[in-house]
Amino acid sequence: MLTARELRDQIAAGALDPRVVLHELLQRISRINPAVGAYVAVDPERITAQLEERLRHGPRGPLFGVPITIKDNLCVRGEETACGSRILSGFRPPYHATVVERLLQAGAIVIPRANMDEFAFGSSTETSAFGPTRNPWDVTRVPGGSSGGSAAAVAAGAAVAALGTDTGGSIRQPAAFCGVVGLKPTYGRVSRYGLIAFASSLDQAGPITQDVTDCALLLSVIAGQDPRDSTSAPMPVPDYLAAVSQTARGLRVGLPKLPAEGLDGDVRAAMDEATRVLERLGLTTVPVELPHIHQAIETYYIIATAEASSNLARYDGVRYGWRASEFAAGGGSVEPSSAQRGVLQMYLHTRAQGFGPEALRRILLGTYVLSRGYYDAYYLQGMKVRTLMKRDFDAALSQCDVLLLPTAPTPAFRLGEKLDNPLQMYLSDIYTISANLAGVPAISLPCGFSSAGLPIGMQLIAAPFQEATLLRAARAYEQATDWHRRHPAISSVEQAR
Amino acid sequence: MAVVTPAEVQAVAFLARVQLADGQAQHVAAQVDQVLAYVRKLQAIPTQSIEPTSHVLPLANVTRPDQTVPSLAPEEAVRLAPDRRGHLVRVPKVVDLS
Repeated sequence: MLTARELRDQIAAGALDPRVVLHELLQRISRINPAVGAYVAVDPERITAQLEERLRHGPRGPLFGVPITIKDNLCVRGEETACGSRILSGFRPPYHATVVERLLQAGAIVIPRANMDEFAFGSSTETSAFGPTRNPWDVTRVPGGSSGGSAAAVAAGAAVAALGTDTGGSIRQPAAFCGVVGLKPTYGRVSRYGLIAFASSLDQAGPITQDVTDCALLLSVIAGQDPRDSTSAPMPVPDYLAAVSQTARGLRVGLPKLPAEGLDGDVRAAMDEATRVLERLGLTTVPVELPHIHQAIETYYIIATAEASSNLARYDGVRYGWRASEFAAGGGSVEPSSAQRGVLQMYLHTRAQGFGPEALRRILLGTYVLSRGYYDAYYLQGMKVRTLMKRDFDAALSQCDVLLLPTAPTPAFRLGEKLDNPLQMYLSDIYTISANLAGVPAISLPCGFSSAGLPIGMQLIAAPFQEATLLRAARAYEQATDWHRRHPAISSVEQAR
Repeated sequence: MAVVTPAEVQAVAFLARVQLADGQAQHVAAQVDQVLAYVRKLQAIPTQSIEPTSHVLPLANVTRPDQTVPSLAPEEAVRLAPDRRGHLVRVPKVVDLS
């Protein structure tokens, strides 16, 4: 599969017909998706119509004719966008997310809807109301999450490149599990307008791609201030594509002391080898401290659930989305005046039936930590430890240009392995979530394989708005290795259906 | 000892406007309790003199000019409602005077 950069260059040069590109991609999706479940749904007719419209009227921007897959929590006007949830099933937003609009303005063909954990609550894409996504490297294993559909699609050649979103690792961890590249931008680098909110102080959209250069290309299209998102930063957008061709020699790589609990031996070995590769490339390494990274999980699951419970209060079956069937239109239940049929009952039943188990857990946890008598002990304390964590990153990143960490403590785990043990599931985010709490940019890229043949990802983290540095270091490593050129055997994926 | 009881989880669920079945409350309470028992370890970190961080961007009071701009047309917005009559969203009775 050609990368987005290669495709756009060949299309622009007249060497490739965008119709043929799209046709071949749609065929691959129809072959691969039954076994992998990377897409909730794909509508070839509407996508083909979109391409014809683009060919006739443009715009002919830097992604002209390149298909980009969109996670199910980024609004695409007129297309069902359900955030992996029953409660938003049937929701067709009347507007585009800013990131989608920017892709369209760049000439891209947007391909909805990549599967995801319900409301991005998960690390395995098993909590989707539309069924799980499977890892193309081993369909008995999860692709990671919550952007598991986007990552699995890119890994299986069922997407050229994709957008995901990352609140605690939801771009990086699935990228690592699927052997692809994923970048979470600095908080505020990319507009959140039209990104269905999970935790508003942590959410960011970003690219999941076949290589680092594609990450730079997509980021350069989606980054920048947006008047419709007051938390998007008024910072100029550098030329990220130019950055990837600059040397990384001389960059300082910080090696933090990490919680070793649960760190897989193959992952540890791959990280040691990655460190040696970076040193051979002329980067220097320095030991750094991130003392509060040990409290990252606790801090995150207070702050993220608190914000989620507040954001999800809007789903009540009134103005949009799904309503419990006993209160649905024409059901007759609207008329009787008994308390059993009142509006309160409609809320209680719509929300109980509309949300899956993990969404319910997080709503309850978030409501609890925000409730009177517990607010100070949980939520306020969480926000204070977040301050300490932010200071840790400021201090560490004043001694180096990038930090090197594993993306996840283990390679992909099996479907069902952690589904009924929320705490075990949460621990798979241990190395990713502190970047969200500190708001710093981070990238995951392939750095090896486990003895069982599963991809392993390494993570680089930089100071706020230093994505260009991140991409430079990542590209230098990628050029010296060939992990990103290895692909799962698609014939075995197809046989698994 | 449990941090939360099933009855407390039921009370929180009502605040969050979620109807839990009785059997469900037991199971969910156990899982919520497990997570709370884990995250409360955070209370051991000394933070008396630390300011809380609600977001990391050095931005405050972002405003726009106070001018009207086009927004979603009422027909378009109401079209999304699960139940409606004309331009109005229809819901079960809110105030019951009987």
